[in-house]
Parts: sequence; C-alpha cells; structure tokens
Amino acid sequence: MIEPQILIILVKVVIVIGGLMTAAAYFVLLERRMAAWVQDRVGPNRVGAPLSQLNKSWKDLRLFGLGQPAADGVKFILKEEYTPAHVDKRLFVLAPISILVAALATFAVIPFGSVLPNGLFWDEPIDMAVSSGAGVGMLVVFALSSIAVYGVILGGWASNNKYSFLGALRSSAQLIAYELPLGLGILGVILATGSLDLDKIIAAQAETGWWFAFTQPLGFFVFFVAAFAEAARLPFDLPECEQELIGGYHTEYAGIKLLLFLVAEFLHMIAASFLIVMLFFGGWHFWFITGSEANPGWVHAILRIAVLMTKIFVVILFFMLVRWSWPRFRFDQLMAFAWKVMLPLGLINFVAIAVIDQVKTMSGDSIPGIDLMCAVAAWGVCIAAWVVISFAGPLVADNLPRLDLDPFDVDSQI
Amino acid sequence: MKADDPDIKWVEEPQLGLSGKMYAPMFVQGLATTFKHLKSSLQGKGVTVSYPDEEPSIENPLIYRGVHRLNKDSQGRVKCVACFLCATACPAHCIDIIGIESPWEDREKYPESFTIDELRCIYCGMCEEACPVDAIELTSLYNLTGRSREEMIFDKEKLLSVYDATKDTEPMQSPELGGTV
Repeated sequence: MIEPQILIILVKVVIVIGGLMTAAAYFVLLERRMAAWVQDRVGPNRVGAPLSQLNKSWKDLRLFGLGQPAADGVKFILKEEYTPAHVDKRLFVLAPISILVAALATFAVIPFGSVLPNGLFWDEPIDMAVSSGAGVGMLVVFALSSIAVYGVILGGWASNNKYSFLGALRSSAQLIAYELPLGLGILGVILATGSLDLDKIIAAQAETGWWFAFTQPLGFFVFFVAAFAEAARLPFDLPECEQELIGGYHTEYAGIKLLLFLVAEFLHMIAASFLIVMLFFGGWHFWFITGSEANPGWVHAILRIAVLMTKIFVVILFFMLVRWSWPRFRFDQLMAFAWKVMLPLGLINFVAIAVIDQVKTMSGDSIPGIDLMCAVAAWGVCIAAWVVISFAGPLVADNLPRLDLDPFDVDSQI
Repeated sequence: MKADDPDIKWVEEPQLGLSGKMYAPMFVQGLATTFKHLKSSLQGKGVTVSYPDEEPSIENPLIYRGVHRLNKDSQGRVKCVACFLCATACPAHCIDIIGIESPWEDREKYPESFTIDELRCIYCGMCEEACPVDAIELTSLYNLTGRSREEMIFDKEKLLSVYDATKDTEPMQSPELGGTV
C-alpha cells in the first residue's frame, strides 16, 4: 500500500517532467517560427498529421507545423550516435546527462501555481511544487543551476576538440561572472521578504500588490540581464556561438546526446523565466483576478495557474524576440559588462533597497502613500545609477588596438 | 603584420552618442525593428512563398537567369554561328559546341551539336553577355528537374524547344538592344 502523499508527489513528478519535455519541444517549434517571422520568412509549417500514409484518398493535415517537434525528436533518436575515437568516453557520456539532470532537478522546488484546495483528492491543500515545504527554494535553484556549468565544461573537455574547449572555457568564465549579479539581483528581493521560500516571495508580492519589478527596478534589471547570460541566450550565447565556434561545447555531439544538451538549454530558459516571473512579476498574482489569500478556492487556484503560465509564456516570447534584436557581445565586452556595469549596479541596488526598506519599516503606516514614494525613490536610484555607470565606464565598442598601452595593460583590461 | 605597422591606416570610428552610451535606447530601437518585421510577417507580408502550392512571381522575366534557350531566326534556323564565345566565357565549362561549315549563305559556320550541362551551369549569364548574335539566352524557367544526370545535359533540340516554349512569353531581347533579329 503506497502512502497517498507519495502518490501525490509521484503524480506531480510525472506531470512536471512530461509537461516540461513537451513544453521544451514545442518551444523549439515556436522559436523557429518566431525566428522565421522576424526574418520575413514562413518557418516550419508543413509537418502535421500525415493522413495520406494511412489512406491514399485522405489529405495530409498541416496543423501549422505542430508535428515538427515529433519529427525533430525522431530524427535525433534515429540518427547515428557517433562517438569520436579521440574523446574521453566516460565524461563524454556523463556531460549531457549531468546537464539535463541538473536542469530538470531545478523544477523540483519551483511552484507551478499556488495551492489546490482540499476536498477533491486529499484532505489537505495540495502544494503545486513537487518538493513543497523545502523552505529554501531559492538556494536549491541556485545550487542546481551552478551544476549546469559542469555539464558544459565536461562536454567541452571530454570532446578533446579546440572549438569545444574554447566554448567550455568561455562558458565557465561567463557563468561564474554572471552568477554574481544574479545573486545581487535577488538579494534585494530576499531583503524585502525575509525569506528564501519561493511561495513566500510570491505571497509577499500578492499581499501588497506591488510586484518587485516596480519597487526594485534596478535589481530587476540586473537579475534579468544576468538570467539571460546564465541561460546562455543571445546576446550572451558565447559558449556555443555558431559563427565563431561551430557549436562550442557540443561540437562533437550528435544524435540523442546532442538532443539532451539542446533540451537542457531550453529548460534553463524556462527555469530563468520562472525565476524572473516569480521573483519580480508576482508569480501567480494578478490584480483583481487571482486574489491573494493563502488558501484559495477552485476558481482562484485555476486562475493562478493560468496567470503564472501566461506570464512565463510572455517572458519566453521576450527571450525569443531579443535573440533577433541584439548582436552578440564580444568576449571582452561580456566580461567588462559583468564586472564593470552589472556588479556595481547590483551593489547600488542592494544598498538602496536596504535603505528604502528600513525607512519603510520605521515609518510603518504613519505616512500615507509610503509604498508609492518608495517605488518612486527606487526608480530614481535606478535611472541615476544607470546614467552614472553608462558615462563612467562605457563599454569598449570600437575595434581599435590599444596602442597607447603595453600588452600587459591590454591583458589586464580584459 | 603588426598593429603598429605604418602601412595600416586606422579609420576613426564614430563616437557613441548619448543614446549609444546609455545603451537602453538603442536596445529599444532594435526591439522596435524586430516587432515591425514580426508584425508584417504575421499580416502575411513575408517574402517567402510556399513554393509547390504557390508559384513565385518573377518581376521581370527578361533579366531572370533560368534555363537556357537557343534562339531561332525568322526562317526558323538556329541563330548560333558557332563562334565559341559563350563556351570561352563560361566559368563553369558547361557548354560544349561542335561547329561545322554552314549550309546557308549568310554565315560560315553553324553548330552541329550544342550541349549545355544544366547541372554544371551556375546561371551567371556570361554566355548571354558574350554572344555576338544573341543566340543564347537565359529564360525565366526556374523549376528545372530531372531524374538522371544524363537527362540534365540539354542538347540542341532541347534548347531550341525551350525557345519554342518561351518565345511568346519572353520575346527576344535583341530588338530593343539593337542586336540582329
């Protein structure tokens, strides 16, 4: 006899993994269609239901290309799974597995909604996160997302290929550099809520109705950009830039192992979208629609899931649009951006949020409109810091050699 | 060559303006361009056509570079004088001509055989440029397919039949260009 609690968790695991894999497959299709639309093309719109294979008189249904993910998957699985002779076989196999496992494990603590009310399945409310009650969801997410860099480095190292190695080197430098602003971005949120629990962070935003994107704009900006870099999306896709490194760390991979890498990349993007939405866009909260009580009824519970998924979808659409709007950074620009722009901005945000929060706590409810005033102050700090940084330490945008410096100075600048 | 070589002339790149230094305005500008293209694509104004279902429109067939044809003169004879200028100009060496003495009064030679390997051809139009009597021309036929390599080597009869098939839709360019009709 299985405990009902374990059964519920197993059902949640199945739903989450199945949903994520399906979502990743269809996001690949969406990405390809979006790319085509932005470039004035049509995109993959042919693969649908091949009914004429069953009966000659039936016509094939195209279904806007919705069969494309299945075709892609079958293609990857049926391809020759070639392992080059010069690779370190154990690490070569381990790399895609570790990166996918780390990417999937992240979603164990990410809530996919609020809670389901009791009564229908179970006599207690069902939490929408697989591993509910961990209490330190943020820490788990960040610990696991740091493991992702191991997959990249292992893949690049085991491939024994110059392009792969360069990609892995770049990737490790980039991910380590951008972990810092990522952490600084969430520090403000943790300061404001006093919790590492994702549920509590969302609940704090739902209670006041002030999403942290409005009250901590600078932190939001820093986190948003760093999340792009952590997900290795354009304009930060230096680990695998096709034009320079062929495929970066997965140059030598083919077949199902390559598929694991690609799926893991999409899972990173989905996880980044979840974090952005939950930390800065109120998670499942939307004004007047979802309510903010801790134990919602069925209507609110369903609405909260729908709102959360809609927000995630919009953020992912933005990820895909940015890809075609911005050129890739050069590597020195990438590093300069991390250490000279993002890091100071993150620190300024941390100090500003600490001061503003303290003022808010001390004033209590004595001053009417204190929330609005704090938000305005945060926006003022954001704009001022932005202007100062952009004039004090502008990105090196030209390609001229630094003839006035000796080579040592040039190296130290990079 | 080192960076301080005196032969290198370094061009001053334009300085970043205010919006360039601020970075965000430029990003918004780029995003606006993306949205513009996305919108026009979603309204069905994309460039690509769904080819087998929908034929692409060729704006000016006279300057399109598709399948070759060998033109005929007013008496129905092949216009080619077997001068080999096209074969010489061809960068892909896809034209093969065997010229023999002409049975007609107005020229010395004519091609006994004239073959073009359509698979070798790169459709550059140099043969058309080189021809002194406007005998070889590129038509606007683009859907060139075959089941074997041999089938894609077009001989004189095939090239003349392309002329018969396209002479009404694509009149010879020579009159306007002052060539010999």
